[in-house]
Amino acid sequence: MSNEEDDDLILSELPDDELVPQMHDDLYDGMADEIAEGVDILLERGWEPYDVLTKALVEGMRIVGIDFRDGILFVPEVLLAAGAMKRGMAILKPLLVDSGAPQLGKLVIGTVKGDIHDIGKNLVAMMMEGAGFEVVDLGINNPVESYLEALDKENADILGMSALLTTTMPYMKVVIDTMKEQGIRDDYIVLVGGAPLNEEFGKAIGADSYCRDAAVAVETAKEYMARKHNQL
Amino acid sequence: MTRTLVIACGALATEILAINTLNGWDHYELQCLPAKLHLHPDRIPDAVEKLVLENRDRFETIFVAYADCGTGGVLAARCKALGVEMINGPHCYAFFEGNQAFEARGEVTSFFLTDFLARQFDGFVWKPMGLDKNPELLELYFGNYEKLVYLAQTEDVALTAKAKEAAQRLGLTFERRYTGYGDLVSALDPKNASAPRPVPG
Ligand code: B12
Repeated sequence: MSNEEDDDLILSELPDDELVPQMHDDLYDGMADEIAEGVDILLERGWEPYDVLTKALVEGMRIVGIDFRDGILFVPEVLLAAGAMKRGMAILKPLLVDSGAPQLGKLVIGTVKGDIHDIGKNLVAMMMEGAGFEVVDLGINNPVESYLEALDKENADILGMSALLTTTMPYMKVVIDTMKEQGIRDDYIVLVGGAPLNEEFGKAIGADSYCRDAAVAVETAKEYMARKHNQL
Repeated sequence: MTRTLVIACGALATEILAINTLNGWDHYELQCLPAKLHLHPDRIPDAVEKLVLENRDRFETIFVAYADCGTGGVLAARCKALGVEMINGPHCYAFFEGNQAFEARGEVTSFFLTDFLARQFDGFVWKPMGLDKNPELLELYFGNYEKLVYLAQTEDVALTAKAKEAAQRLGLTFERRYTGYGDLVSALDPKNASAPRPVPG
């Protein structure tokens, strides 16, 4: 819902260099209608869909991520911002496919067995998609079989696992150990995340990387994919 | 006077005092950290450490009445480094039911309330999750849940009614399970080797 001050603001009258920061603010405030409007305006002005996505939406969400990390924003604000970004992405998605935006790789992601926390996982999925990855989201409460099946079927590059409970994080090791047993561990990049995890845990279970947040996940995935291509 | 201190999560204060009354215990002094910390578990280890260090000189032994609470083992490591004991288990829902019983049940799609959370549902669930201002978020939070399980520490008709109301607001079916104080009692029992030992001062 917009307050009085925002009612006075007519987005379409703003030049690009004011509209984009305004969209960052609107995203921060979770204003989905304004985000949809802003996306339409930029497209009408001839912006490439990929530029709208990265410069207006992804950049705005990156700012939200920083303030969440620093304790300035909490979960509901992040959810509202993510909802607004989703609205913008819904407009852009079909256009991105047509305009041949970069495809960086394919990610299979899901929350592990016993755990149904999915806010962080959904955010990572959305930001990875925004960065140009194809994302297959397996949802919550995933046993090892569903991860392995999806990796194979989807011909994925990256496996992402999320856990928010101390009791469910060890299950990530079960998945990685099963991959080792089947001789497929090195066929994939394995990224893990969730608030109770840390770098040490990621190393101990044999993941390629632990990622603190969605922005780090995107950067890390890009790095691994670049390395993978250099090896080919 | 006692020379034993228990540092507890504020969400356990009422329960710990009740356990003491029931058992006639007065072998330790109680200090609590704000219950709100459970929404930011990464801040718990530092907060506990600060209180331990502040009280080290005044007390002979200190016990930490926290389970892991989502610190991913960091609180346990910190307590070990400080040379203080803490409660076993992942969180209070598990130790009230009994850690083993809770694990054996393997319940995944249930959301738990304790007496504390039933009493403070608005302040500790509804409002921090933003549901007062943005009720449309309910589906994003609880869409994958089926049941609200009220793990009751006491026989309290009014609290049970509150827990039931919470289930209705969340759109979940309701189940009440009487647990009493579960593993929290043995964790504080002076007969137990890892519990806060009585040190008369
Ligand atoms: C919101 C929340 C809930 C919501 C979940 C809604 C949902 N749809 O997910 C509700 C209220 C329903 C809930 C329920 C429960 N919760 Co809860 N919950 C939280 C809370 C407050 C925030 C989690 C969150 O969403 N954060 C926001 C997102 C954006 O952050 P994030 O998840 O960390 O994700 C970021 C990074 O970690 C990373 N990341 C995450 N996943 C991945 C994956 C990959 C591949 C990568 C690369 C990166 C990555 O990137 C993300 C974006 O930047 C935490 C406490 C906390 N502050 O962490 C407790 C917490 C995790 N919950 C906890 C508990 C105990 C429960 C319940 C058992 C409580 C109950 N009363 O029943 C149930 C769990 C039931 C179950 N079977 O899963 C405990 C866990 C304790 C423990 N020992 O493990 C915590 C720590 C709170 C506490 N201290 O008590 N919870």
